[in-house]
Amino acid sequence: MNHLPQAWGRPRDDVYGQYNSAYLPSSHHNPTTHTQSPIVTGTSVIALKYSTGVVIAADNLASYGSLARFTDVHRLKPFNRKAIVGFGGDVSDMQYLTRLLKGLDTQENYADGSVAEVDSDGDEVEGEEKPHMSAKNLHAYLSKVLYKRRTDFNPLWNALLVAGLDEDDKPFLAFADLLGTTYSSPSLATGFGAHLAQPILRRVVPDEKASEKLSREDAVKAVRECMKVLFYRDARSMNEYSIAVVDREGMKLKESEKLEGQSWAFAEGIKGYGTQTV
Amino acid sequence: MTSIGTGYDLSNSVYSPDGRNFQVEYAVKAVENGGTAIGIRCKDGVVLALEKLVTSKLQKKDANRRIATVDRNVGIVSAGLLPDGHHLVSRARDEASSWRSTYKAPIPVTSLADRMGAYVQMYTTSSGVRPFGVTAILGGWDAETEVDVDGVVGKGPSTGAGGKTKGAKEGGAYLYMIEPSGAYWGYYGAATGKGRQAAKAELEKLDLDPKKGATISLEEGVKEAARIIYVAHEESKDKEFELEMTWVSAVSGPTKGKHEEVPKALREEAERLAKKSLEGEDEEDDGKMEE
Repeated sequence: MNHLPQAWGRPRDDVYGQYNSAYLPSSHHNPTTHTQSPIVTGTSVIALKYSTGVVIAADNLASYGSLARFTDVHRLKPFNRKAIVGFGGDVSDMQYLTRLLKGLDTQENYADGSVAEVDSDGDEVEGEEKPHMSAKNLHAYLSKVLYKRRTDFNPLWNALLVAGLDEDDKPFLAFADLLGTTYSSPSLATGFGAHLAQPILRRVVPDEKASEKLSREDAVKAVRECMKVLFYRDARSMNEYSIAVVDREGMKLKESEKLEGQSWAFAEGIKGYGTQTV
Repeated sequence: MTSIGTGYDLSNSVYSPDGRNFQVEYAVKAVENGGTAIGIRCKDGVVLALEKLVTSKLQKKDANRRIATVDRNVGIVSAGLLPDGHHLVSRARDEASSWRSTYKAPIPVTSLADRMGAYVQMYTTSSGVRPFGVTAILGGWDAETEVDVDGVVGKGPSTGAGGKTKGAKEGGAYLYMIEPSGAYWGYYGAATGKGRQAAKAELEKLDLDPKKGATISLEEGVKEAARIIYVAHEESKDKEFELEMTWVSAVSGPTKGKHEEVPKALREEAERLAKKSLEGEDEEDDGKMEE
């Protein structure tokens, strides 16, 4: 069945010819389109809170359906020193949100704050102004944008993670998606990551208390392990990814990390894999 | 050349018999009463400085920043009616934002100056409005490195964005000054406000013309800008003032292409040298008088 209203109740096209919408009132020349479907998409984004910050990672692939189309796509977008957003879902909607956030960041920079940035010892950092927006503020803003678009039946087809520090410089991590759904947890993942990576991350960090005890090294190790698992099992993933760590001292973003320690040895024991001629 | 514009000076946009819009000329008077503002185009950036005359002892020091940022890499300082200056900056920000929205790239400083000039000129064409009571000095740096398109996904072609001449040097420092008439020119050194005569004389003494091979570095520019403001302040000796200075450098320089306030330490050093240089001049003068 053709679900679009303009296809119902009219005389048949093959008998009477295609309907000419120019005869409709001017406000109805172009039919209203509603929910779209995503075209070029990114897969999972995963993130984990640790004692003094957050680790977030996403692979560098943008798929065109089942085609692994673009392999140099960076889906982790830094906002300011305190926040980074990882996008899954439609890439053109990711671009729209990136541009929107850039404009927001420029506007925030105009405000006459003059509040000096304070480092972990409590001393003022020379020449640095405290960013006005924390990761928490950014997540609130994005949630509102996404929910508004869903209410207009014109969603931004993404599932995103906002990672960084809140106003008190404590680790912050939250999720938002095309429906306007939001939630927060010490470990989060979008897409396939929610099924494949979350169980692993939850074993490492079952609750907030465990997250406050976790070291940076262990957090990065867990995230890298999950990226490997996702490459094994997610058919729309890639072996190259971006990973970022945000803490009080700043943000480190690495954009061309390769997966290490993969084992495809199991293939030897299965018919049809590898160099078998069965 | 002041003359009485009797009868032709009551309405904006009205020509006098000798072809002048007197309201615009009176607007210039408002600018001449304001604190001195200067801009210096250096080899690797632009410095903007402002003599902020303190109107009340109750105002917090280092608050009430008046040199505004447009987008990331452009600064505007204005002399004259403050609210008019704010409005002009607000429009400049809108222009920069709309350029970015269309072209997905930052607005070139030349284009921004052009749009601001056109906007200011519009206020000289209707008797329902009055001309802007500010002269704005616009300083910025167009990036010399390849700048990614907004929201860029992937690497793009290996040759970068199209339409480039091979081997040509991109970007650079730009300094413009827009007057209440809407006229604007590019400058190596610009000054406006009460102490502009003294400031211009000092600026001319500096070698700033790159075509003649002489330019100054940003650090020198900061020191000179502070000194020139102190010299220009002699016009308003009886009032207290605060020095506000900002700078934009190349992407490879201290501000990484962004328009920022000059760091406190550098500014205080420049002020110290400026005061010393003024005292030096006073001693010279005293010496001459004794002779």
